[in-house]
Amino acid sequence: MPSMIESPLARLSDQQIDELGREFDAIHDEVFAELGDRDRRYIVSMIEMHRRLVVLGRVLLLGSRRRPAWLAGTALLSMAKILENMEIGHNVMHGQWDWMNDPQISSSTWDWDSASTAEAWKHSHNYIHHTYTNIRGKDRDLGYEIMRIDPHQKWHPIYLLQPVYNLVLAAFFEWGVATHDLDFEAIRKGEKSKEQLRREVKGMLRKGREQIVKDYLAWPLISALASSAVHAGLAAARRPSLRERAARRLRRRPEPSPTVLELAIESFRSTLAADFTANVIRNVWAYAIIFCGHFPDQTYTFSQDECKDESRGGFYVRQLLGAANIDGSPLFHVASGNLGYQVEHHLYPDMPSTRYAEIAPRVKAICERYELPYNTGPFLRQLGGVQRTILRLALPGGTPRPKPGPFRAEGDREGDAAQAAMPTSARTSSSATAA
Amino acid sequence: MAERGARPRVPALQRRALGAVRALFTPLLPDDYLELINPLWSTQELRGRIERVQPETDDAVTVFIKPGWEWPGHEPGQYLRIGFVVDGVHHWRAYSLTSDPGRPDGLISITPKLVEEGVVTPWLVRQAQPGTIVRLSDVEGTFTLPDPLPDRLLFLSAGSGVTPIMSMLRDLDRRDALGDVVHLHSARTPGDVIFGEQLRAMARRRPGFRLHEQMTGADGRIGPDRLDDLCPDWREREAFLSGPAEMLDAMTEHWEREAHGDRLHLERFQPIIGQGDGELGEGGTIRFTASDVEATSDGTQPILVAGEEAGATLPYGCRMGICHTCVGTLCAGKIRDLRTGEVSGSVGEIVRTCVNAPEGPIEIAL
Repeated sequence: MPSMIESPLARLSDQQIDELGREFDAIHDEVFAELGDRDRRYIVSMIEMHRRLVVLGRVLLLGSRRRPAWLAGTALLSMAKILENMEIGHNVMHGQWDWMNDPQISSSTWDWDSASTAEAWKHSHNYIHHTYTNIRGKDRDLGYEIMRIDPHQKWHPIYLLQPVYNLVLAAFFEWGVATHDLDFEAIRKGEKSKEQLRREVKGMLRKGREQIVKDYLAWPLISALASSAVHAGLAAARRPSLRERAARRLRRRPEPSPTVLELAIESFRSTLAADFTANVIRNVWAYAIIFCGHFPDQTYTFSQDECKDESRGGFYVRQLLGAANIDGSPLFHVASGNLGYQVEHHLYPDMPSTRYAEIAPRVKAICERYELPYNTGPFLRQLGGVQRTILRLALPGGTPRPKPGPFRAEGDREGDAAQAAMPTSARTSSSATAA
Repeated sequence: MAERGARPRVPALQRRALGAVRALFTPLLPDDYLELINPLWSTQELRGRIERVQPETDDAVTVFIKPGWEWPGHEPGQYLRIGFVVDGVHHWRAYSLTSDPGRPDGLISITPKLVEEGVVTPWLVRQAQPGTIVRLSDVEGTFTLPDPLPDRLLFLSAGSGVTPIMSMLRDLDRRDALGDVVHLHSARTPGDVIFGEQLRAMARRRPGFRLHEQMTGADGRIGPDRLDDLCPDWREREAFLSGPAEMLDAMTEHWEREAHGDRLHLERFQPIIGQGDGELGEGGTIRFTASDVEATSDGTQPILVAGEEAGATLPYGCRMGICHTCVGTLCAGKIRDLRTGEVSGSVGEIVRTCVNAPEGPIEIAL
């Protein structure tokens, strides 16, 4: 389908695009020339922090029968899982830390706590999504082939259900992503050999099994054993209390206390519930951050024609227009794997994530000079916009949301909000009537 | 894939125990958590901790390293590769072990000499701190003392080439086997002699050990023509040679012409790139199919260096053709081995990119 809205890409001359390409290349080369100890210390400390959080969380969950231990343990485990998936797993598998030549922190050897195998993920995400970002019919992450997220996508009655399965997807995001990696389209078209499909399904089932055994069987079992052991130990060590002795003398029965087996079952269940909750929290968080990457109102999608014979500069412009940042504190950016800098990440997927915040001002300066937008917004506004689009596009029709004008340095936040609300160029105002 | 340390010798029971609880930690390993307490406990790769850095001369230090697991031992004269992190990046280098294999404290040592334009030796000589963790490879090398020991030995070394020989001398000293040993060593000035004090002390203590120190700053190098003067019975001795490439080349030729070449043992660390017999070719273009990068080599540049200069991120290790970390599959074209000058190349061949240059256009799956 031809585009309903012309992107700023069409306005730039070939010469401008080449020049812009050189400017973006220069930032990349400069950063890579100065990578060193500081960067290594960061990723190593993140990896250590993840492991400490896991140990602390798992230890607390040994006492998961107690409410405070359950809450603290679940919180720590959720934080650990988020850190492991976002700032560590996603970024390491992008090859952001390969320059360290470290045999362990390397895209060729890393595996993560997710239902996707590293191999399938690197293909569908690093290669397909990062190469064909927001090109309709080529970027399979545009709606993940089950959602209508862009008005150019043809409507089908199944999309009436998307508000429902959107929520299911959020809770079980990693399973959705793993299934998506299998690429049903390629299977249907026969582009994937049976052998390859068999290997991929086997890999996914292995990953799934390992996570289920770990979170829903092994650790609950350890909790059950720990609580029975503690109970048995206490019972052996405890002398009957004065009251009990008095009760015995009065031939009154003491209050029945739970048996060891009951305690074990209770511990097993509460740890299982904690692990399940942590996985869901991680999934919902990952879903929220990732959906804010390319589906907010500000982003453009592209027809395959628009990207034919694309130059390096054209690639950069498409990434700028197709991605959106999320404003946030440094802590927010760590928790989101620095995907709040989605724009910078898409310009330089293999750049260590710590550097995104540092280069952001230079990216903005380029946007300003070439009169290009720099898409960003507060988390809840971005997420709200995405949810509105999902609801609206469940129904037929719809038009692109109004797009922001060129980035301007002054005014910063307020100016930013105004930009999003009020299209500034005549070219985009035609679509201001909105979805 | 980046090079990693040797697989340590871990008691089978311990390995089984760690394997049994693996399901609790997937996709990580129990080791990944044990490392939080002590990085030396990894059962995945052998690591060591720098215990002490001791100056030997103005520009050479001995680095004492405690291996994470019991040291499996080495033969005097052997070397190992060590992975150091310098400014965030892992670099692997081969060093002769200068320690006696039977040290009671279990430490091993290497004695690097500063190479100003290098990356690793400036760090080792000036910055390395006790407590730093390094990665250790398996012990390698065939430059060792024969068994049984020959009656008469000649050691010929120059500069930092003394390092494997020091390990042999210490071993001979301990075994009380310095009965008839001549050591001819060259250095620029007396202060530049690595292990100078120890060698001199050994010579005083052991009447059968004769040390000649040649100060090349004042007296020039020991060429093959000086052998008859300095060690008249050199032809009858089992000789061990370690030093710069020119010296090795000249002496090898001399031994082959004048004596028995098979009595000469030598250690060659640096690949003979652009030296020796290796003829150079015209070079060519290189297409790295996985990185989607095009590069050109002028015939002296290895595939690896040409690729890096063109912006490709390629795997690398020792950069001298020994560790096989940098290998890629040749898809098309011919290559020239920069050490020997030999041209080869067939589709599907596994090529070490650090010591081969393209001979005409090539394609490599990296």
